[in-house]
Amino acid sequence: MLTTAVLAPLAGALALVGLRVGERAARWLAVAVSLVPLAAFLAAWAAFDSRSAEQFQLVTAVEWLPTVGVGYRVGVDGVALAVVGVTTVLFTAVIAFPADTRGRARPWYAWLLFLEGVCLGLFVALDLIVFYVFFDLSLVGMYFLISRWGHAGAEAAALKFFLYTLLGSLALLIGMIGLALAMDPITFDMRELIAAQPLAGAGHAVLVLVALLLGLGIKTPVVPFHTWLPAAHVEAPAPASALLAGVLLKMGAFGMIRIPLAMMRETFAAVAPVLGVVAVVSILYGAFVALGQGDIKRRIAYTSVTHMGYTVLGIAAAGGLLAGAEEARALALTGATIEMVAHGLITGALFLITGSLWERTADYAMDAYGGLADRVPRLTAATVVAAFASLGLPGLVGFVAEFQIFVGAFAVYPVLAAVGLLGVLVTAALFLQLLQRVFLGERSGYWDGLRDLDAAEQGSLGVLLALTVVLGVAPAPLLDVVDAGSTLLLGAAG
Amino acid sequence: MRIGHVLPQIVLLVGAATTLVVALVLPRRRQSWSGAVALAALAGTAGAQLSLVATSDQLTFDLLWALDASTHVASILVCAITAVAVLLAREWMVTDPRFGEYHALLLLGALGAIVMAGAADANELVVGVTLSSVTGYTLAAYHRRSALSVEAGMGYFLIGGLSNIVLLVGVVLLFAAAGTTLYADLPGSLAAADPWLLAGAAVGLPVGLAFKVGAVPGHGWVPDVAQGAPLPSAAFLTVVPKVGGVLALARLVDLVPASSRATTAVAVLAALSMTLGNLAALRQEDVRRLLGWSSVSQAGYALMGVAAVQGSDQAVPALLLFLVVYAVANTAAFAVVGLLRGRTRLEDFAGLVSVRPWPAWALTIALLSLVGIPPLAGFAGKFALFTATIDADLAWLAALAVVNTVVSLFYYLRVIAACHLREPPAETVALLGRWSTAAVALAVAGTVVLGLAGGVVLGTAQARPLLP
Repeated sequence: MLTTAVLAPLAGALALVGLRVGERAARWLAVAVSLVPLAAFLAAWAAFDSRSAEQFQLVTAVEWLPTVGVGYRVGVDGVALAVVGVTTVLFTAVIAFPADTRGRARPWYAWLLFLEGVCLGLFVALDLIVFYVFFDLSLVGMYFLISRWGHAGAEAAALKFFLYTLLGSLALLIGMIGLALAMDPITFDMRELIAAQPLAGAGHAVLVLVALLLGLGIKTPVVPFHTWLPAAHVEAPAPASALLAGVLLKMGAFGMIRIPLAMMRETFAAVAPVLGVVAVVSILYGAFVALGQGDIKRRIAYTSVTHMGYTVLGIAAAGGLLAGAEEARALALTGATIEMVAHGLITGALFLITGSLWERTADYAMDAYGGLADRVPRLTAATVVAAFASLGLPGLVGFVAEFQIFVGAFAVYPVLAAVGLLGVLVTAALFLQLLQRVFLGERSGYWDGLRDLDAAEQGSLGVLLALTVVLGVAPAPLLDVVDAGSTLLLGAAG
Repeated sequence: MRIGHVLPQIVLLVGAATTLVVALVLPRRRQSWSGAVALAALAGTAGAQLSLVATSDQLTFDLLWALDASTHVASILVCAITAVAVLLAREWMVTDPRFGEYHALLLLGALGAIVMAGAADANELVVGVTLSSVTGYTLAAYHRRSALSVEAGMGYFLIGGLSNIVLLVGVVLLFAAAGTTLYADLPGSLAAADPWLLAGAAVGLPVGLAFKVGAVPGHGWVPDVAQGAPLPSAAFLTVVPKVGGVLALARLVDLVPASSRATTAVAVLAALSMTLGNLAALRQEDVRRLLGWSSVSQAGYALMGVAAVQGSDQAVPALLLFLVVYAVANTAAFAVVGLLRGRTRLEDFAGLVSVRPWPAWALTIALLSLVGIPPLAGFAGKFALFTATIDADLAWLAALAVVNTVVSLFYYLRVIAACHLREPPAETVALLGRWSTAAVALAVAGTVVLGLAGGVVLGTAQARPLLP
């Protein structure tokens, strides 16, 4: 089931390379293929037993490099299942979203499907090297998407993205090898590593943890490793930005949960305060820098730094203690996971909206707009919902996530949590300002001919935003599954 | 002692002689038949070696010849790469009046490299190095009317002559110190040996072999040969002698006591090679020259594995896997350049993907594999090497290799970006022919398949991969 979800898009990508089909056919073929992982996810969701004591379910394992303990091993826990869910939804929405493929429709959709398979593979990986393989492949996919379909400075931005994140992924690889070498015999099996906690008490455990966190932190990204992100986002085509922010950034945070938090509990607890500080710095830095941006896309890009900061704060709080405050820590971890889901849906929608604007006006500057609300009501409504969700309005999914993160973090790191809350305030200010400048006020006559969202755009955005509302109002089913994952994860550690 | 233990090498030698006779007898227009003979000889050699894999590992022929996983893998790999070079030569060299004899030189060069890899005696090592070198000079300078080719051959010859003398002096000093050149007897006699003589040997042997490996300090010929030699020779010479040299050095390093600084010395050479090769490759505008410098840096990664031989059981399997995946990807990249009739300036690759999508993608895959992007073969090799290096407590070297890998991505991406992101040329891009296409296809298929099936190489080399 999980393997199908990974392989179907990859096979679809190959098929698109081989088949000589037109632009429309390529798009619909890609949408159809992307429904396969969505269906597989729903089946996995149905088959998943959130009351089971087994942390990983739906496991498949095949040998790959047996002499060094590497195998194709996949499976999910509650945390992974939630992230897989948002990945499948967002990819289908983005692929269905109308895009300017510049006459190269087949490679465009092939790369999108490739990236979907890669992302899903990473989230279901139960072997460090399988995780790494997909981690690295996501760079290749994103490099080609940004450089071939991006804006003017895309090639340089894509190069920076590739170099920067390859450095991160190799640091991650070194850390993984450090972990696996501590096992006898050597193995990269995540379940065995979680059970064994191989480096507990070892002198070089901190070095290994720093290598892992460096790799994952660059991908997340946390300040000060975020500098590749604004360039990549601004130059990338909007659908690629939506995927980069909505799914690829999650790889870093998800990896922190899966690898250091689960496998190096003792060392992680010692380093967690530092990680918490880094998270809070990311929250505030991202929020204040976003507030200063006049470019809509850049502004949204920086809010990603803030939101990933919330996630990392939740993870730091969850791993901050070895014993005690179990409920609060599980709450923080659940919150961090829901934040990944929420940020995927919301920021995916926001970047798709900037794409719609660019298609119509070729302009990202906030000052160029004003008073669009009565001219393009549906676009306005979509932006308003997404912006309010992003700033954490109760009733929308962003609130569920941030509430849990902060409640959990207050129990472990009260000072950090209090300072971090400022970020929520600034985020609210920056989104309200954006709404006001773009949609309210005087409209220049220049925009009188602006088209509103068409049916396909409404469909994609509608699904994403409907989910932010539904999961905000009735988060219980999602919470059940994620809670099961985070309780077992911390429980297995304790 | 059984003659069957060196049957593969005998087949190769007889094959080379037959190829030469065929080339001398046949008329000009039938010269390509000698290529067919060469391919048959290579297939026979590889097959014979494959049939020996099941034989128990041993030192044979009075302890002169190591029959172990390293010899098996090196022989089969060298045969495979030489076969690809023969395929590449079919269209590239066909206008040369001495086209047929070229194959004999390739086979003898391959034999030299295999002897280097399997030698369990320092004198025999010298025989292998000399055979490989003498044929190598000729292969590099085979385009007699091309100034670039002759210059490459001349430079190769000068550096090679000097290096081989240094190697020979090293072997003589080793014999003087230990009273034997047999690897099997060396560990016992080293303890009582004169440290000053040994120090001389410890300098001479690695420095001499660095020439074959294409590593610092013997790397000067690599970019010139990569750029100037006939393309099949360039593909052959940047891979085959390296395989032999790396394994010969690994056998020597494995012999010396752990207390000596041999490991550190090799680690320093590795660090210098990977860094220098990468920095020099950064700004190259000629793709063949770029591949040459990349080959220097890849030699550095291979030496990293040699440095780990004493400290980690994983090192030799990792080294063998790395040599295989490097050889395949490097050959694939050169084969694409050959298929494109030798167009080699970076700007000539502009927009290749929209004019010639399959060669462009083949080149992209080869280069990404050289970076080590999974699931291509290069990843499996680098991953295994990193593991062995860290296991051998050389984490600093692995960290340097990581930084170098990121640097190398920069110049490999320059080629990839040219293929994929630039405007395509107005004129058509001519291809060489179906034999070169077959060479590209084989090498690229290897690059993809070995990424998933690299475990086979690691598996053959598990138990006792390096004798004595």
